[in-house]
Amino acid sequence: MVRFLIECEELCKRFGRLQAVDRVSFRVEAGEVMALLGPNGAGKTTTLRMLASILTPSSGQATVNGFDTLTQPDQVRRSLGLLTEHHGLYTRMRADEYLTFFGRAYGLPEAEITRRADELLHRLDIADSRKRRLGEFSKGMRQKLALARALIHDPTVLLLDEPTSAMDPASARLVRDAILALRGGARAIVVSTHNLAEAEMLADRIAIIRQGRLIEQGTPADLKERVLGNAVMELRLTEPVDGHTRALPKEVHVLESGERWLRYATDDPARDNPALLRSLAEAGASVLSLAERPRSLEEVYLKVMGNPPVAEADGA
Amino acid sequence: MTTVAMGRARGASAAWLVARRELRDFSRDWRLLGPILLLTIFFPWLMNLTAGMAVDFVNRYGAPLVAERLIPFLLLVVGFFPISFCLVIALESFAGERERQSIEPLLAAPISNRQLYMGKMVAALVPPLAAAYLGIGVYLLGLWLNIGWLPTAMLLTQILLLTSAQAFVMVGAAVVISSQTTSVRAANLLASFIIIPAAQLIILESMVMFWARYEVLWGILLALMICGVMLARIGIHLFNREELLGREIDLLDMRWAGRVLRSTFFAGARSPGEWYRGLFSRSLPQLKIPALIMVLALVLGYTIGIRLSATYTLPLDVLSIGRAPPGAELDLRSFGLLTGRGWAWVMSNNLRAILLASFLGAFSFGVAGVVLLMAPVGIIGYFAGNLALAGLNAPLLIGGLVAPHGLAEVPAMILAGAAILRLGLAWVSLPQGTSLGESWLRAVGEWARVGVGLVVPLLAVAAALEVFVTPLVAIRVLTGF
Repeated sequence: MVRFLIECEELCKRFGRLQAVDRVSFRVEAGEVMALLGPNGAGKTTTLRMLASILTPSSGQATVNGFDTLTQPDQVRRSLGLLTEHHGLYTRMRADEYLTFFGRAYGLPEAEITRRADELLHRLDIADSRKRRLGEFSKGMRQKLALARALIHDPTVLLLDEPTSAMDPASARLVRDAILALRGGARAIVVSTHNLAEAEMLADRIAIIRQGRLIEQGTPADLKERVLGNAVMELRLTEPVDGHTRALPKEVHVLESGERWLRYATDDPARDNPALLRSLAEAGASVLSLAERPRSLEEVYLKVMGNPPVAEADGA
Repeated sequence: MTTVAMGRARGASAAWLVARRELRDFSRDWRLLGPILLLTIFFPWLMNLTAGMAVDFVNRYGAPLVAERLIPFLLLVVGFFPISFCLVIALESFAGERERQSIEPLLAAPISNRQLYMGKMVAALVPPLAAAYLGIGVYLLGLWLNIGWLPTAMLLTQILLLTSAQAFVMVGAAVVISSQTTSVRAANLLASFIIIPAAQLIILESMVMFWARYEVLWGILLALMICGVMLARIGIHLFNREELLGREIDLLDMRWAGRVLRSTFFAGARSPGEWYRGLFSRSLPQLKIPALIMVLALVLGYTIGIRLSATYTLPLDVLSIGRAPPGAELDLRSFGLLTGRGWAWVMSNNLRAILLASFLGAFSFGVAGVVLLMAPVGIIGYFAGNLALAGLNAPLLIGGLVAPHGLAEVPAMILAGAAILRLGLAWVSLPQGTSLGESWLRAVGEWARVGVGLVVPLLAVAAALEVFVTPLVAIRVLTGF
């Protein structure tokens, strides 16, 4: 069995004078979800299209489920499901006809198509609309059906381009839950999205693309540490902190402070935090809380993109 | 079943899957279906009325022959009309899916380019054919009921086959256009390039049918079938998933075009010597087969000319070639011969002929260009045949009147014809990974290399020989030395 279901090596794509994708390399293992983040025009969709054997790389190579995207496009297409940025449904067809058409295109037996279509329509909560014309579907329903189309042949690799765009919160959650249910096992999923919270929620690994180049990749925790530095701790006291700053261990570097709170960084929280608490207790300070300050993927993203996060006015 | 046969069956099944979906989609669109049905029934009814009135009218004036010829022609017309208005389906096949952004999921499915293209082609072909057959049926039924006229089995077969072949060619061209444009609007605009030649074809067929030369229709049918197969081949060859998703397929980039043309024309040469070495070592070897075809075409042209001389023989007095009168050289000067002005006139005339042949050849797979270049050789063959029939020394006369400048002009024609063939066939011989535009521009660049480097210099020499040498040789030949 192939370990890495997706492997890209120095993938490049040039459209005339525009370098849309520039030496992008990454691997996605079976059971892993990778999020591709980047602004509009960064090269996310182009990368997905190259993986789907729709676009031919200008240079570099990629394999999907062990098949070369350039020399084995048919096997690649059979191995993957692609949720396109624009759902592109045939609006005069009915939902069940639409899934049957794509099921047949993927060479599934009729009984299997019926079973899979039924299962997917139920899972995505659109089973009641199976006989309706797609032109009557709402945007969210169309996106759900497009996801069902991408899943009809139970693909080993799933490429999702903006899977929850244009969806209301409830539908978006339903789709996210469906994606979470698909992770694991022998499937690899790549999600291209602008929604950073969604990426953090879904992905085991994040890759950030800017102007066609993959500039950062790693697990969310890795990225936060690498891009934002050591974890920032936030200490809150029941009294003003001014009188107790001398009690802080020298390994603790205070970053900012308010009347009853301070934030600090330390190289080794496991060593320095207990020491800090002991010193404060000896100095008679009453600690309200000590916690790692949550850092979002948005901060990582904005820092990587060159826009520092807007400073909070006050931590209190 | 063998593996190959199973593969073909799977391929046909995938193409049919695409076609069936399209046809189902079409059958649910009343805005398409309604007018097509209405027009399909209305036009044959109108033609019936026309035929009935025409028969009455011509019989009244004792010219039943006109009606006899008009009725079969209207049968062809009622088959043609539905094809022309059904073209909208073919024009929409790829361009429409692009506009609705429904093409990408289809491109991501395991359906090959050929299957996808053939599926679209079949889907675009079925409605016009069905409408055309329905129209023909309605027209024939009306004629049978009104005036009791029925076509012969041969005529009906010819009309049905011609209608099918016309649909095949027109739909084939429309699907090619649809796959190479970004919008239905652009595709509809380009459809004029189908409608106008098709209308001209109908005019040609009407002439043939009014002359009752029905056997010529078989030739037209064969030509249409060849054209249809070539269009399908071009379509599959040009079909590019990537370009279907691109937005810049029809973007006019003059700078890029200029760069491609320049790079092909100069081919990296840094001096005229290097440029000529490249022309001989790289460009000329690529013209071997087209040049051979051109030689065969010229021989064929000459042979056709000789054969025509037996059918359309010139009267003997036209060929009364006597001795050249005294002072003939001075007379020649008054015609512009033996002068620089005469050289410029012959040169510009030859250049215009080559440019016209190139222009026609570029849009007819080279055929029209080659035919145009065959014409003068055919005329020479025709005169040679007439001279021989009149008992004159044809090789001597033709040798004296043509051979001096022919030594340079014939190689120029062969090279020009070969370059035109390559240019015309650039549509069907697209190198892998090259867009249609780039392939076309490179072919134009190669054509220009051969033209500037060899054809124009040869034509200049030929014009000089024709103006300054041939007349003198001709006088010697005509005056018996």
